[in-house]
Amino acid sequence: MAAVLESLLREEVSVAAVVRWIARSTRGSEDNPGEAAALSSLRPLRKEFVPFLLNFLREQSSRVLPQGPPTPAKAPGASAALPGRPGGPSRGSRGARSQLFPPTEAPSTAAEAPLARRGGRRRGPGPARERGGRGLEEGVSGENLPGAGGRRLRGSGSPSRPSLTLSDPPNLSNLEEFPPVGSVPPGPTGTKPSRRINPTPVSEERSLSKPKTCFTSPPINCVPNSQPSALDTSPWGLGLPPGCRSLQEEREMLRKERSKQLQQSPTPTCPTPELGSPLPSRAGSLTDEPADPARVSSRQRLELVALVYSSCIAENLVPNLFLELFFVFQLLTARRMVTAKNSDPELSPGVLDSLESPLFQSIHDCVFFAVQVLECHFQVLSNLDKGTLKLLAENERLLCFSPALQGRLRAAYEGSVAKVSLAMPPSAQAVSFQPETDNRANFSSDRAFHTFKKQRDVFYEVLREWEDHHEEPGWDFEKGLGSRIRAMMGQLSAACSHSHFVRLFQKQLLQMCQSPGGAGGTVLGEAPDVLSMLGADKLGRLWRLQERLMAPQSSGGPCPPPTFPGCQGFFRDFILSASSFQFNQHLMDSLSLKIRELNGLALPQHEPSDEDGESDVDWQGERRQFAVVLLSLRLLAKFLGFVAFLPYRGPEPPPTGELQDSILALRSQVPPVLDVRTLLQRGLQARRAVLTVPWLVEFLSFADHVVPLLDYYRDIFILLLRLHRSLVLSQESEAKMCFLNKLLLLAVLGWLFQIPTVPEDLFFLEEGPSDAFEVDTVAPEHGLDAAPVVDQQLLYTCCPYIGELRKLLALWVSGSTGRSGGFMRKITPTTTTGLGAQPSGTSQGLQARLAHAFFHNQPPSLRRTVEFVAERIGSNCVKHIKATLVADLVRQAESLLQEQLVTQGEEGGDPAQLLEILCSQLCPHGAQALALGREFCQRKSPGAVRALLPEETPAAVLSSAENIAVGLATEKACAWLSANITALIRREVKAAVSRTLRAQGPEPAARGERRGCSRACEHHAPLPSHLISEIKDVLSLAVGPRDPDEGVSPEHLEQLLGQLGQTLRCRQFLCPPAEQHLAKCSVDLASLLVADQIPILGPPAQYRLERGQARRLLHMLLSLWKEDFQGPVPLQLLLSPRNVGLLADTRPREWDLLLFLLRELVEKGLMGRMEIEACLGSLHQAQWPGDFAEELATLSNLFLAEPHLPEPQLRTCELVQPNRGTVLAQS
Amino acid sequence: MILTKAQYEEIAQCLVSVPPTRQSLRKLKQRFPSQSQATLLSIFSQEYQKHIKRTHGKHHTSEAIESYYQRYLNGVVKNGAAPVLLDLANEVDYAPSLMARLILERFLQEHEETAPSKSVINSMLRDPSQIPDGVLANQVYQCIVNDCCYGPLVDCIKHAIGHEHEVLLRDLLLEKNLSFLDEDQLRAKGYDKTPDFILQVPVAVEGHIIHWIESKASFGDECSHHAYLHDQFWSYWNRDGISQCCSGWCGTPGLSDSSASASQSAGITGVRKHFLPGILMKCVCK
Repeated sequence: MAAVLESLLREEVSVAAVVRWIARSTRGSEDNPGEAAALSSLRPLRKEFVPFLLNFLREQSSRVLPQGPPTPAKAPGASAALPGRPGGPSRGSRGARSQLFPPTEAPSTAAEAPLARRGGRRRGPGPARERGGRGLEEGVSGENLPGAGGRRLRGSGSPSRPSLTLSDPPNLSNLEEFPPVGSVPPGPTGTKPSRRINPTPVSEERSLSKPKTCFTSPPINCVPNSQPSALDTSPWGLGLPPGCRSLQEEREMLRKERSKQLQQSPTPTCPTPELGSPLPSRAGSLTDEPADPARVSSRQRLELVALVYSSCIAENLVPNLFLELFFVFQLLTARRMVTAKNSDPELSPGVLDSLESPLFQSIHDCVFFAVQVLECHFQVLSNLDKGTLKLLAENERLLCFSPALQGRLRAAYEGSVAKVSLAMPPSAQAVSFQPETDNRANFSSDRAFHTFKKQRDVFYEVLREWEDHHEEPGWDFEKGLGSRIRAMMGQLSAACSHSHFVRLFQKQLLQMCQSPGGAGGTVLGEAPDVLSMLGADKLGRLWRLQERLMAPQSSGGPCPPPTFPGCQGFFRDFILSASSFQFNQHLMDSLSLKIRELNGLALPQHEPSDEDGESDVDWQGERRQFAVVLLSLRLLAKFLGFVAFLPYRGPEPPPTGELQDSILALRSQVPPVLDVRTLLQRGLQARRAVLTVPWLVEFLSFADHVVPLLDYYRDIFILLLRLHRSLVLSQESEAKMCFLNKLLLLAVLGWLFQIPTVPEDLFFLEEGPSDAFEVDTVAPEHGLDAAPVVDQQLLYTCCPYIGELRKLLALWVSGSTGRSGGFMRKITPTTTTGLGAQPSGTSQGLQARLAHAFFHNQPPSLRRTVEFVAERIGSNCVKHIKATLVADLVRQAESLLQEQLVTQGEEGGDPAQLLEILCSQLCPHGAQALALGREFCQRKSPGAVRALLPEETPAAVLSSAENIAVGLATEKACAWLSANITALIRREVKAAVSRTLRAQGPEPAARGERRGCSRACEHHAPLPSHLISEIKDVLSLAVGPRDPDEGVSPEHLEQLLGQLGQTLRCRQFLCPPAEQHLAKCSVDLASLLVADQIPILGPPAQYRLERGQARRLLHMLLSLWKEDFQGPVPLQLLLSPRNVGLLADTRPREWDLLLFLLRELVEKGLMGRMEIEACLGSLHQAQWPGDFAEELATLSNLFLAEPHLPEPQLRTCELVQPNRGTVLAQS
Repeated sequence: MILTKAQYEEIAQCLVSVPPTRQSLRKLKQRFPSQSQATLLSIFSQEYQKHIKRTHGKHHTSEAIESYYQRYLNGVVKNGAAPVLLDLANEVDYAPSLMARLILERFLQEHEETAPSKSVINSMLRDPSQIPDGVLANQVYQCIVNDCCYGPLVDCIKHAIGHEHEVLLRDLLLEKNLSFLDEDQLRAKGYDKTPDFILQVPVAVEGHIIHWIESKASFGDECSHHAYLHDQFWSYWNRDGISQCCSGWCGTPGLSDSSASASQSAGITGVRKHFLPGILMKCVCK
């Protein structure tokens, strides 16, 4: 493995080749043969490369991150030696979830904790093994399994490891390095790359220094709100949430914890590596080592490794994207380096050159590496929540190492709207009585019905009691409620009663826990959906504050075990306490049914090109609906998984060997509780993975150790693996899957792959899908996957562990040492400034609760109706505002712009500047939108509600419903408007400005004032296309070649010009290009007339047009040009050399028509004298036959000699009496 | 007025390698007196364009261009007034306008040394008096006015027809009191590809539901039908509805008539008149 990295570092192979080599089982043809050869010899090791790389990096960084939580890497080492037996003895040695802060949490008070116990419990590559590596306790730890060091690549496989510690002669007197038996060895030794991170809980149990085991939950009689990391022997293996405790209590604990750390902490930290020897330092006096890009030791090597690492991440070759990001963030925020005493390089023989020296020799190296990797993953970073982006963008190290990346992050932060709030208030409303199911007719007997009603009461009583007491220390669910629950279950005799109760249970579950996180037990009486918008302003602040105070500081590292936070704990405990198999069975049936139903729900699909802007309004609703469905599914699936695998889970280690085989044989007989494989396959086919996979992951996360070995589930895992591999984020899969959808899937899948019950070799051993993962989709092109249904809020709700990234960064900023596990929480007090007539926050909350209570007592259809009306009216309101207010403003903008253009003259100023001026004038008017919107909702909503509710609805109910609808609609519309109105006005004004400017644009003359046809016009004129075609025919006849018998009649020509006039007068069908061509054709026609080139049909003798006719036609043309053409007519073409040249061909040449035309042009003001003179002048420059040039000169002289403004009378005479031959005579 | 497929094929048959000139069109008209000139011209134009598309390449080899140019030069030297270029085009079976462009390009290359830009050539073709050489200008002009299938004039005619029939279609819709959105309105709403009109309330015409209407200023033969279907109509289809009918205006007022008969004419959906006053009608019923 190291050989690959070696050859990479020696630049024998390119990064791209290595990544291809890892990713594909069959080598791509694009590999260069040398590289291929170099790699092919290592082929059998291919799939071990990624785990090696991950472990390598973890190990290298172990000196940097002694304080911080170790980043787990689930990479098979030992188990690789025992493939196919992932549940085997090596199981335990994976260490499952290790502590978050192992080195520091070892309190001196725990020194007497027996080592044997620790080693035995943890069975991990924990301290014992570490010490074993130093040859002190080899025998004691008994951890010399073959390849046991695989994870850490010890011995010959891990050349760098010895350079770190083994170089020292054992100094037994050094208490830091060889602490008393029982204490956890400090420093790097604790940072085993194990699979999980346990949070550092601020809990009192800590003082007992209980060994941490994974998947633990408090024993039955333990304090219920103990942290998930606490020791637990209960078979369910589920930690209770870090519940909300009172602030006082928490502070107290923090204080204790801190003092404890100050007393102990013989951490081998050495703030100044230059000193070369470890100096014990107190936790409180930690200083951050500044990172300096100039002091990076081996840039090239780091760049290479970073590139390979990034490529592996990008190709989804690592199990968990966010885990790797977490690791990289840790490197970025590493505070200082433990001195490496690697003065002795020849320590381990066989060490390869470039791996010999540690990869990270200083903090500078770490930060450099981290920034390199982060640069490759900007896209992912830019999709994180706004808070994380802010912290990243403000990270001074990032700025120092890559200003470009920092700039992009800042831009992303400024553009981000992804504010994420994780603490949504849960609602603990009781499920209302359901008349359609909860009536006597559904029960076999009166007695059963009564029993059910009684049970209902008991159930709610239990629930209330739990709500009141579960946060009290010392209160125990089983003790307090267990017997009552069991007594109640005992009363359920009839099977149908069970199903009724289960329905109630499930409904209550959904109602209480659907809200994201379901954290905390405080009831603010708010539903998570639309109702939460009521009084959102004040309540929102309150919740945010509450979130900051109450939210668990850490949800358990980047890979927490599945837990039941908040109210979910009640239902979990209820199931456990009830321990009724009938109940469980009915529950499973009911959950399965509901999951199927929700999973198959036809969610509205995004219409690709809806009207932008206001579609946001509708789209938000759809996204919310998706979120609700997805969260419900996840909740149901979680409980289904919990109940379904309950009988198989236990505290004892999974069986091995023959026992396991027989269990496998037995279990493979059992049909799955829900045919998840088919559902998954269908989901993939229908492109609904974004809905199906997240809940499936929840379901599978509760599977026991045997499950992944069963063929049925193995198929599922393989499918999921392939899916995971196919979700390459950088690929812009057109219309396949949205980025955030992908991110959600990657996050949940990555989390699943880190669950201890999922064999870790599964990810790496599975012969990777060499080719693209293609499911034959039967679905329409745009499945749910392609719709942007996931937003950051949903992503963080489903995967709260992504928030760990933010915490890591915040930790860095706050400068706290990390050992307390908490970061500074600055709470800015917000004063309640009087917001006019708005009711105070409490009364708003009360209103919200009242509304909630109101709906509770009414049929569900009422609520649906009100919500629907509010939704639609809100949306319509936005559209209405857009069509009225905004349109008005745009009109104003147009007129303002006109003024501006007039005053500023030709230049008109810079368009951007103009836009700014206009917007600054108009945007303030946007404030009216809110008032108008309010008024609109007020006006429209009541009518709609009235129309939709039954006639018989009591007046009071009706008016309440109307009021609520008005409130919700207003809230919705105003929320959108206040957020977007300015942008909307801006956008519309911008469009108007560019339209106006374009219209002003290049050809103001061409646009001119265009007259339409007269009012009386009936649009019966010949079509322009017809006329162009006809004139073209005449032109082609005139230009020839033509048959002897071809020609046009003078009448036809006259008719044609008459039609042309009609067409030009009726503007209905005329488009500018057609008019231009007509103008040009008419000029050509005139030239041909002047040159007498038009063949005339008629008696053979008279092939030519009579002069009089010709003049009449020219007159018609002149009047058309003068009167009817609205565009420019290229009259100068009449005097172009080509058209005048036509005259040269006629014999005898007749100039009188040209002279006539020129005079008329001047007289009608169509052309100026000067213009004609210029044209005539330029004609002389052309080459003509000698005599023609002379004649031309005469013509121009003649024309010039004429009086400037001849009498009109004279013209008329001339017209009547053509003085043919005058010109000729003179020539 | 509807052509049967047989009639259409008969006409098309007569058009094999006929030069696109006035004379050919006259002959065609004598042959099919029952068809209007516009219909014939539109079929002619369409067929000829197909023909040119097939043979275009062979006229554009550098050897071919060179030999044409030499023949042109020789011809002009002999007699500048004779229709040298036009005859050359007819002889080698190439559209006169295109031949004129070819020669002009070659001419400019020779005289100006830098390759002329496309816009320069286009503007010279529109207005041949800009051509520096008077003889060539006349030759080019002759080619252009004699070509009934290519050239700036023909392009303008086609454009005008397209515009006119959009106007006619709009009038017809207004007259029938059908509410619609036109292309400009649709563009303002952000549609990138739009049909000419989208009916705000779909209408049913003899069992077919019409969502939008597109008028095409060309004759609807099988080939162009498929091409348009492929390029444009599916993209409308994806946007605007499950089933729609696209129909052009067809001379006879009344939408019902147009789409119904179009879908009835077997094989070719909607072979319809006309080119000049008429328009293609096509019908996509899905």
